[in-house]
Amino acid sequence: MFRRLGRVAAVAALILPLAAFSPQNPECIAPANPGGGWDFTCRTVGKLLTDTGLVSGQVQVTNMTGAVGAVAYANVASKRSDDPDLVVATSTVGITQIAQGKYPAGVDAMRWLAMLGADVGVVLVQKDSKFNSLQDLLAALKADPGSVVAAGSSGVGGWDHLRLLMLLEKAGMATDQLKSVKWVEFSGGGDAVTQLMGGHIGVVSTDIGEIGGFIQSGDVKVLGVMSGDRLEAFPDAPTAKEQGVDFEGYNWRGFYMGGKVSDEAYDGWLAIMQKLYESKEWQETAKSKGLTPIWRGGKDFEAFVRQSEENMRKVSKAIGVIK
Amino acid sequence: METLGFLAHGFAVAFTPLNIVLALIGCFLGTIIGALPGLGPVNGVAILIPVAFSLQLAPASALILLSCVYYGCMYGGRISSIMLNIPGDEPAMMTCLDGYPMAQKGKAPEALAISAIASFVGAILATIGLVLFAPLLVRFAIHFGPAEYFALYVLAFATIGGITGTNPAKTLLAAALGLALGTVGIDPQSGVPRFTFGVFELFDGFDAIVAIVGLFAISEVLVLLEEGHGGISARAVRVSRAFAQGREIAASAGAMLRGSVIGFVAGVLPGAGASLGSFLAYTMEKRYSDRRGTFGKGDPRGVAAPEAGNNAAAGGALVPMLSLGVPGSGTTAVLLALLISLNITPGPLLFQKEPDVVWGLIASLFFANFVLIAMNLPLVGLFTRMLAIPMWALMPFVVMVSFVGIYSISHSPFDLFMMVLFGVLGYVLRKLAIPVVPVVLGLLLGADMESNFRRALSISGGDYAILFQSGIAIGLYVLTLLFLALAVFLGMRERRPPGAEPEPAHD
Repeated sequence: MFRRLGRVAAVAALILPLAAFSPQNPECIAPANPGGGWDFTCRTVGKLLTDTGLVSGQVQVTNMTGAVGAVAYANVASKRSDDPDLVVATSTVGITQIAQGKYPAGVDAMRWLAMLGADVGVVLVQKDSKFNSLQDLLAALKADPGSVVAAGSSGVGGWDHLRLLMLLEKAGMATDQLKSVKWVEFSGGGDAVTQLMGGHIGVVSTDIGEIGGFIQSGDVKVLGVMSGDRLEAFPDAPTAKEQGVDFEGYNWRGFYMGGKVSDEAYDGWLAIMQKLYESKEWQETAKSKGLTPIWRGGKDFEAFVRQSEENMRKVSKAIGVIK
Repeated sequence: METLGFLAHGFAVAFTPLNIVLALIGCFLGTIIGALPGLGPVNGVAILIPVAFSLQLAPASALILLSCVYYGCMYGGRISSIMLNIPGDEPAMMTCLDGYPMAQKGKAPEALAISAIASFVGAILATIGLVLFAPLLVRFAIHFGPAEYFALYVLAFATIGGITGTNPAKTLLAAALGLALGTVGIDPQSGVPRFTFGVFELFDGFDAIVAIVGLFAISEVLVLLEEGHGGISARAVRVSRAFAQGREIAASAGAMLRGSVIGFVAGVLPGAGASLGSFLAYTMEKRYSDRRGTFGKGDPRGVAAPEAGNNAAAGGALVPMLSLGVPGSGTTAVLLALLISLNITPGPLLFQKEPDVVWGLIASLFFANFVLIAMNLPLVGLFTRMLAIPMWALMPFVVMVSFVGIYSISHSPFDLFMMVLFGVLGYVLRKLAIPVVPVVLGLLLGADMESNFRRALSISGGDYAILFQSGIAIGLYVLTLLFLALAVFLGMRERRPPGAEPEPAHD
């Protein structure tokens, strides 16, 4: 009884400061088609925000497809940069695009709100591959960078490609060798793994969430997971860190708002997102979707976005994707 | 026999009163959505996902609702192809080629009935194939790498010249135009924008459905405007008895079976899909059985083959989606997203981990198809009555639906401009008697062909030998050569005097 009262009080304490700001017609733009990762971010977070009562009413999800998010970025920058009701889903992929100058404006055009979770990068090979560790793969690639064909769900210079190269560089591969590693794009992580099983390619770098089933069924072998600690869902999969390669390659999911929104709206949404992140519902939902709940918000997140953008730009230059 | 036990369990899951009602609703909505130009299975399923969520349906029920919508769309797409010469969705495009001429000859009821039966045959055979061979098919599908997919597309494009028959040079010109349009957008391999002129809306290239609605529907309206009221009399066609004759159905049985097999195989291959399935089913059938040059002029087999093909491909596409988590088409991509948001991860373990969902879904596919055939045959009479509506009353409605449909996909006014531009392009092409179907095929299939070509070359480091290294690829090239040789041979034997055959007004 007292415990329940305590919980009510705690909830009230959480909600009361929110009274200062509450979005009137909350809207989330998913800069992709229904079914994609950004769409999933908007719909899942939107539904949880309503279910947990953190916002009143439904969160409207608008799909604004185009140019890997550039259409939405341009639209928000030019037409809705001060809209207090609007958040836009983004992820590491969006920052990659900005780092390579593929968005109409830089990171300064928006206010970066928060990340709530991340999908984790993984390096996979065929189940009967001769490679048993990242070091095996590294040794082969160092001897002949073209000897193993790598693939993933992004094009040359996309995040699946970049994070594999960043991992290899961290593991000791020479920067000028990076661009000689063969890379093939497939339309999704599942496609790439299927091609791996068929023996058409040698190694896959992609998000673990989408292809977890293949790891559990033993159809593919994990060389390394790009996270700080082993993942709960895949306790047998070794991390890169364990193998002496201190690299984390997350594909985080988060949100930005227009560059001219008021501090009141920004702080209000920040508080809402933080409450959501701390809720049991989000922690469970995130884990069930193969995401690792990770929080970065406000200034901390803005700094993180800037730092990531800079790192990506460096590697992109090294492999000649940008000048 | 284990399989039968699973299937029986599936029927037990599927046959709850709620699920039956959902299946009926799904089939009906799907047929309507499929029949409306611009709205296809991708939109249908995407629109209903939030509905399934807000009704808080159980995973099996949600999947049943949406797979019924999916199949309903595959059935519905053919209706506007036959009645209006406007495909309801991409895979239904091939049905225009013979379905519309049949309707013009007053054989609309036959065309609708045969296509409904062909859809049913294709879907049921594909579902049986899914039940019996899913694990085997998966092992077959993974042998298809970029080089093999490229060979498959070579086969498809080699047969493109024959699809409209009248003037192969114009057909090839149209296909080349489609291929050229298909290069617009971000290059998926390198991320470099091509022919986009800095316009962000062009970065994703031309959407095939925007092109289809523009080329078929909008250009039809432009032609009608020009012809004025003269266009009306052309539609006052005689309508024959309300149902297909058993003889005609029997004559198409072979086409249905062959179309089903080709479509199913195309569906199983994640890099192929329903559009390629219905296209290959049509061109193969034409090569195989068009002895008297009746294809393209209202041959029932030209309706049966692609309809069986696209429905079988829809079933086939579920094989890689369920057992590999790899969508073989746009619609299965949306279904995949639904599964994931229902907390079900498709993949190699799905059949073991979620037997209720998988077998409930399969049982509901059987059920959906029986509902659809039972629903569609009596509706033939209703749809035929559309012919009684004069064009000047019908077409504004079609245009309105086209605009709403396209806008509902992307919420982008830019796509509406593109649709109108494609309409003008379609009008010009029609005036030059250049068929529009190959334009869309080039646009739809060209990008995939190019991607696989370049993937193969990235793997080999630029060595073209990779294209000819596997047995599957070589087999496909041999098949391509055989078809080309057959075309030349038949052309020499049956060469008709040039000009003997009038160009059809509408392709």
